[in-house]
Amino acid sequence: MSGSAKLCKHKAIEIHQKLWEVRLFELRAAELYREGHLPGFIHLSLGQEACAVGACLALEEKDFITSTHRGHGHCLAKGADPRFMMAELAGKHEGYSKGRGGSMHIADVSKGVLGANGIVGQSAPLACGAALTAQVKNTGQAALAFFGEGASGSGPVHEAMNIAAIWKLPVIFFCEVNRYAELSPYSVHVPIERLSERSKSYGFDGFTVDGSNVKAVYNAVSSARQKIRSGGGPVLIEAKTHRWHGHYEGDPMHYLDDKDRDSSQRMDPVVMFEAACALELGINTEELSKSKENAITLIDDAVSFALGLGAAPTSVISEDVYA
Amino acid sequence: MKKNRQPALKYYSAVTRALSEEMRRDENVILIGEDVGPSGGIFAQTKGLHAEFGPSRVRDTPIAEAGFTSLAVGAAMTGLRPIVEVGFEDFLTACMDPIVNQGAKLRYMLGGQVRVPVTLYTFGSGGLSAGPQHSQSLAAWFAHVPGVKVIQPSSARDALGLLKSSVRDDNFVICLLCKSLIGSKELAPSATEDFLIPIGQAEVKKSGSDVTIIALGAMVKRALAAADILKTDGIDAEVIDPRTISPLDMTTILKSVSKTNTLIVVHEAMSPCGIGAEIVARVCETSPSVLRSAPVRITPPFAPSPFAPNLEADYLPSVEKIVMKAKLMLEDRR
Repeated sequence: MSGSAKLCKHKAIEIHQKLWEVRLFELRAAELYREGHLPGFIHLSLGQEACAVGACLALEEKDFITSTHRGHGHCLAKGADPRFMMAELAGKHEGYSKGRGGSMHIADVSKGVLGANGIVGQSAPLACGAALTAQVKNTGQAALAFFGEGASGSGPVHEAMNIAAIWKLPVIFFCEVNRYAELSPYSVHVPIERLSERSKSYGFDGFTVDGSNVKAVYNAVSSARQKIRSGGGPVLIEAKTHRWHGHYEGDPMHYLDDKDRDSSQRMDPVVMFEAACALELGINTEELSKSKENAITLIDDAVSFALGLGAAPTSVISEDVYA
Repeated sequence: MKKNRQPALKYYSAVTRALSEEMRRDENVILIGEDVGPSGGIFAQTKGLHAEFGPSRVRDTPIAEAGFTSLAVGAAMTGLRPIVEVGFEDFLTACMDPIVNQGAKLRYMLGGQVRVPVTLYTFGSGGLSAGPQHSQSLAAWFAHVPGVKVIQPSSARDALGLLKSSVRDDNFVICLLCKSLIGSKELAPSATEDFLIPIGQAEVKKSGSDVTIIALGAMVKRALAAADILKTDGIDAEVIDPRTISPLDMTTILKSVSKTNTLIVVHEAMSPCGIGAEIVARVCETSPSVLRSAPVRITPPFAPSPFAPNLEADYLPSVEKIVMKAKLMLEDRR
């Protein structure tokens, strides 16, 4: 499960654009939030873009993902439209959830995005449910559950891993270890260095990858997806990454240690990948600028779209409670 | 030996019949839960299903109610119609999140993009000396949650018809079966009949003009027995079984109360913030002048269900108590 497999140029450019879409979407969301355009609270994954993009782009289009409260990147990377996402963040009827869900409840089922989820740990059993459908109906689909080290200690995650192992479900457990769970560090939540080791106790494989390296993430998930295709059952992937912003936007982050406070020491997954594109894949600056420009246009459009919308009609409040 | 040509349907075998008919009808219907597979379940309620439908569609789970209920929600969102067995109603407290935050809300939260057709059935209520953690009636907890439907069959035929309707419903339906009714039997609908009872429809079990008694689950039989005794005293009681607790069929209830101008509610669940409180409130809100005497809730005392048979017998609403309360109410009115 090394990061040495060759990425084709086409895929690399796709990854590059997605990295920028995620980065820019969240930078703009942070800005809009500060300016009071986005209500409630939002949780950003700035610094973790390589996890979302590397994982989702290694999946097939028909595959499912379940996500978390910190899920903008996951949804975008799996193909959700930034316009309807931003509209949802702004609480508009045109948003993915008709303004009833907000940042923590974005889904695009047509793209296999079964929803960000506000309850930590539930992404794991919900993904197993989607994997069960794939197994019973023999559709060849797989499901990937995003969760963090905070969720790794929760009951649903353990129960899901145990059932997935017993039933050999086509599911990838993708743990983004971003060094903090809510307001406290890794050591408060996990007593071991490598979470991936836990997979052994359930009876399946686990790997730890550099979550700032999109190529490494992509390769790990590709291999896991390959294993699932041959009926090999679940895989746990632990991606070590960094959460640059607070648990929520506006979090003063008094809990950061000195090393994490020093932003000059940060690995930037986007910069890292751009360097790799130039060095290893021979992608020139012009090509990289073009995919970044595409991302800028998309996110600008999304922001204009969302801000141009009127208030959600109150008539929707009681819609869709029952099917 | 006298031959009984009328085939009987037992409460537990109504479950088996409902599940097998629906699994035969729709290959997207699957069954998961503890010991639902080859063992056939504690009450033989899933006997034969594993053999007929195979290990892919009938799956024993580890003891992980929260995990497998959430898994059922994920499966329902993606095209299956899972039936989930949770052995005892009391264990629903272990899967509140998958029910309340996931199954009930996902359709709403995701802008109507998904349906969550899960049927969760479980054995609850008291009467078997099962003690405080195996005897509860938690219907009100779930009736408080938008997005969930709650049914409580009080007979074998209701169990069959309501469960079949649940499996066809596109929402998260919780079916609260009564352990004390497990062996009770009724005339079975013909084996070829697709016997359905609509969710959301109460049944007038006995028509009457003097007093309305609304009873839930195993209390329906007691209310009917009480009505028989009241009749000998010249009191004509009407007994109604809501059958569905959420959504409540208030039309049937209000019609009865308008006729008798009285209201008694009998259930095994606690009184505070319970279904009885809800029914009384809705009657008073809708028809504030209809009641000619104070409404009465007959429930256990506000205490966990005790184990010892004599304690539990005293704890649960009895036929005698229903008779006594009804008489008192009508005497007051005279």
